[in-house]
Formats: sequence, C-alpha cells, structure tokens
Amino acid sequence: MLAYVVRSIMQGLIVMLAVAFIAFSMFRFVGDPVVNMLGQEATLQDRAELTERLGLNDPVPLQFGRFLMNAVQFDFGISYRQGRKVSSLIAERLPATVELAVLSAIFALVIGIGLGVFAAIRRDSWLAHVVMTVSLIGVSLPTFLIGIGLIYIFAVELRWLPSFGRGETVKIGWWSTGLLTTSGLKSLIMPVVTLGFLQLTLIMRLVRSEMLEVMRSDFVRFARARGVSERNIEFRHALRNTMIPVITIAGLQLGGVIAFAIVTETVFQWPGLGALFVNAVQFVDIPVMSAYLFFVAAVFVLTSLMVDMIYLALDPRLKSGPGAK
Amino acid sequence: MNQNVPPPPTTGAPAGRLARAWDSDLAYSFRTSPVAVFAAVLALVMVMSAIAAPLIAPYDPFDPASLDLMDGFTRPMQPNEISGKVFWLGSDGQGRDIFSAILYGSRVSLLVGAASVIFSLVLGVGLGLVAGYVGGRTEALIMRVADIQLSFPAILVALLVFGVARGLIPPAAQEQATLWVLVVAIGLSNWAQYARTVRGSTLVEKNKVYVDAARLIGLKAMPVMLRHVLPNVMGPVLVIATINLALAIIEEATLSFLGVGMPPTQPSLGTLIRFGQQFLFSGEWWILFFPALALVLLALAINLLGDWLRDALNPKLR
Repeated sequence: MLAYVVRSIMQGLIVMLAVAFIAFSMFRFVGDPVVNMLGQEATLQDRAELTERLGLNDPVPLQFGRFLMNAVQFDFGISYRQGRKVSSLIAERLPATVELAVLSAIFALVIGIGLGVFAAIRRDSWLAHVVMTVSLIGVSLPTFLIGIGLIYIFAVELRWLPSFGRGETVKIGWWSTGLLTTSGLKSLIMPVVTLGFLQLTLIMRLVRSEMLEVMRSDFVRFARARGVSERNIEFRHALRNTMIPVITIAGLQLGGVIAFAIVTETVFQWPGLGALFVNAVQFVDIPVMSAYLFFVAAVFVLTSLMVDMIYLALDPRLKSGPGAK
Repeated sequence: MNQNVPPPPTTGAPAGRLARAWDSDLAYSFRTSPVAVFAAVLALVMVMSAIAAPLIAPYDPFDPASLDLMDGFTRPMQPNEISGKVFWLGSDGQGRDIFSAILYGSRVSLLVGAASVIFSLVLGVGLGLVAGYVGGRTEALIMRVADIQLSFPAILVALLVFGVARGLIPPAAQEQATLWVLVVAIGLSNWAQYARTVRGSTLVEKNKVYVDAARLIGLKAMPVMLRHVLPNVMGPVLVIATINLALAIIEEATLSFLGVGMPPTQPSLGTLIRFGQQFLFSGEWWILFFPALALVLLALAINLLGDWLRDALNPKLR
C-alpha cells in the first residue's frame, strides 16, 4: 500500500518536472526575455545589466535549477504586458475561477447523478428518452455555443440574468467572493451551467450505464429474492456500487473543468484565470503563460493523486496488492 | 447547402470491383442505416459546397469592391430597403453576404480540420508504430509523453503551442502563417490517441508469423513496419480519425472564437461566430446564428458517420 502511494507521488513529481521544463524553455527560448522586459529602445548597457541580473549568462542547467526553485515558491517573474508580478495577477484572478469551477463540478455531479439514476430506473419513460437525446446533442455542441445560446435566451430575450462579469463581489481577506450578493449569485448561474454541461452529460451517461449493469448483477437478484424493497435496492445496493467509477471520472474531469473555464470565461467576460491566459496567449506574455501552465498541471497532479487515494479507500483489493505483504 | 443533391447512385450496372464493394459488409451496413446515409449526404453536401465555394457563392465576401455599406444588416430572405438586393441568410454590418461567408468559412474550417487530422495521424501512427515495434526505452519514453499529453485537455495544449508559435514567428509573417500554426497546434494536441491505439495493435501484430517471415527474408525494420505491420493496424485508426475530424473542426472554431485563431481577413466558422456575437444584443441574430448552425451541422454529420463506422467495423456488434 505504501509503495502504491509512493509510486503515485513519484509519477506526479515527474509530470511536474516535465511541465516545469516546458515552462522554462518557453521563458528562455521563445523571444528574448530581455527585449520583452525593456522594450526595443533600451540601451545596450541596460540590456547587459538585466541579462546579468536575470542570470541569463549562467549555464542553462543552472538557470533551470533557479527557475525550478522560483516556480516551487510560485514566483514567475513579471508579466511582460502588465508590468506586475505574475503571482499577484494569479492571486487576484484565482477566486473567480475557483468559485466557477467548484460550483460547476458540484452542479454536474448532483444533476448528473440524479438524472443518470432516473434514466436508469425509469429507462422506458418518455422523459428518460428526452434526457438521453438532449445529452447526445449536448455532446456535439461546442461549449461556447451553449454559452452564447444561454446569453441569448436569458440575457437578451428574457432579461433575467446578467450577460457578463461577476456582479458585486465581497472581499474576505484577499479572497473576493460572488457568493454573498444577489447580483454575484445571479451572474454565476449561466457560466456554471455552461461549464458544467459537458461534465453533466458525461456523468449522467456513465451513471446510467453503470447502474443498468449493476441492476443486472447477481447480488441485486439475490437482494430482490430476499424481499428487499425496490427503493432500497436502487439506492443502497446499485447506486453505491456505481459511485466508484463515477468518483474517478469526476475527479479526473476537474482538470477538464479548469481548462474549459478558458472558453466559458471568455464567453461571459468572467475575470478569471482562463481569460488571463487567453490574453497572455494573444500577446505572447510568456511569464503568465508558463505560470498558468504550472498552475493547471499542479491541479491535475493533485486531483489525480486524490483520486488514487480515494480508490485506495474504496477498493480494498488495492491494499493487498504488490507492495503490501 | 440548399441544394439537396443525393450522392450519385452507384447501383446502375455495377461490375467487377464496384459490385464487390457494393456487396461488402461495410456497404451493406451503410445502406441499411438511415442515420449513416443521412449523415453522409449532409457531410457530402457541406464538403462539396465548401470546395466549390467560388462557384456557388452569390457574392465574393472578400472583395472590398463588392461590399456596400448600404447593404449592411439586411435581414435574411428580405430585399434590402435601399438597394433591393436579396441575401439568402442576411448580411452583416459591412454588407457582406452571410451565406457566401459561411461557404468560404467552412472551406477554412475543413482545411484546418483535415490538415491537422492528417498531421496528428502521421505523427501518432509513426510514433506508435516505432514504440510498439522497437520496444524498450524508446517505447517507455514515447508512451510516457503520450500519457502526459493525454492528461491535459487538447484545447490547453493547442493554446500553448499557438502562443509559442506566435513568439517564434516574426510579426510580418504571422497572418500568413496562422492557418499552418493552427494545423500544427491542433495536430500536436491530438496525436497521443493514435499512438496508443497503434502501439497496442503493433504489439499484437509483431508476434504474428508473417512478420517473422518478412524478417527472415532479410527485410530491415523500416520496411517491415511500413509495408507489413502498418496496413494491419490502420483499421481502428480510421475510426479515430473520423471522430477526430469533428473534434478538430470544433477545436479550431473554439480557438478562433477565443481570438487566437484565424484572422478576420481569412475567417473560419469560428471567426464568423466570434464576429457575430457582438450583434447578439442589437437583434441581428442571423449574423451569429447561421455560421453557428453550419458548424454544428458539420460536426454532427461527421460525428454520426464516425459512430456508424466504429460500430460497423466492430466485429463484436456484427
């Protein structure tokens, strides 16, 4: 069991190292960092000074080591375009994205599991067919079109919800939250639905097929034979056994949620990390790009580590795998 | 798009090879699946009209001389109040015909989609073949990179590649190069799936007698891989390629929508959607709606075809 944990952590570290190397190469070899920071008009002396200060004259492996040390402390230097520390830019934008992503994940999980269970239990009802058809369409619709469609219906035609931004936010320490004001909550609805929709359809289809599978299995037949009530079978027996793959997929999808937030944030002009990243790509703002890459990679590695650990807790077979006695 | 020409009938008097193709399992499964026929007709019409855009399009949307601000914001199917011109799907603020713009736009979308699929297919199949055939450290390295790549969403990888390419290409050449930068960016974000599949089937094929025979007559690794193993691992690859074409078209549209794709001078469907979004609030819905519809129909048709192909080629479902 310990070996399993150690191996998961080692794999995560290797991924982070690879990502750090990519981020470093971007910083060092794409464009000239000195020109980017000082502009074209700087004197040769200024340039030489900055080159020395950034340590760009040192051997490349040494530079990579220094980059790594800074990255671990989340210091990615100064944004070429905005002239501010990348870490403070990220910290400023982080709450918006985290609130959006977490709420979307919860939305997708709750509605997805609910609809999936419904579609499995009442698989022949017309409503279940409608749900399945809509989910099929949802898979082929690009995220940004879902967002635009929602804006058209709820902001342009019905005028119920704001079409962009976070609304009013409240500061709690350095964290700004939109969860405590009415306009903040209203602004969250459409982005959350847009971002969660794809995950919702995936989770729903997974829950439905897993559930149908479990309902056919022997232990459910025996439970029925023992006279356990249908409701009890559905929720205590079937749903429980469905949850293991669902948790895995949902955990791995959290990274996907963060990445698709790039699109959702652009559609709704949401002041989060994704929008920051798209801007950075447009203006080749390498420090911001590499910081974002590093951040997303860290989220990915952490979530897949967490999924591994949950697996360990849920599936007792892993505990007695190779590595245990 | 409005001319629903069915694909030319192949029944006639099929002879020889054609007859055999008509009677094959694949063709039979195609004929008996209405969804597949519908998707194929839709895809064929859209691809054909995109290729023949200069012939079909009623206006040249990129000829500034033909644009007239007087024609701006004409509603679909209604004659313009001043000039009396009719635009089937309406016109945008500069008097550009939306229908023509969609024809030329789907041309760009299809070109980028197809080229990036070919790029990732060649790269992925090549690496997968080498990994499976050579094995050892090469295999471990290639598959590790593929794992890392697969755990990041394609859109993120494509954005990164795009940003890096922007930094490396001199500003003067950027507009010209955008199309190929997109092809590389989307291609690089999708190769890993091919590599995985091909490596898997190569591992199986490698141990078959015909490969031993080829090696025994003294062929080097390269010809064995390309001429003997490759044809036998291509089946599943074609299914992935079809579904990936739809994904690549959507990915390109997403990038262009984000403003990091095709420039307005050479718009794809995504660029048109990005452009149309600003008229959403002023009531000119057609500028956004028709390009979006074209994109969804194109992706849907290709997706349905891919689904059908996957089921038709799956021996378990026969």
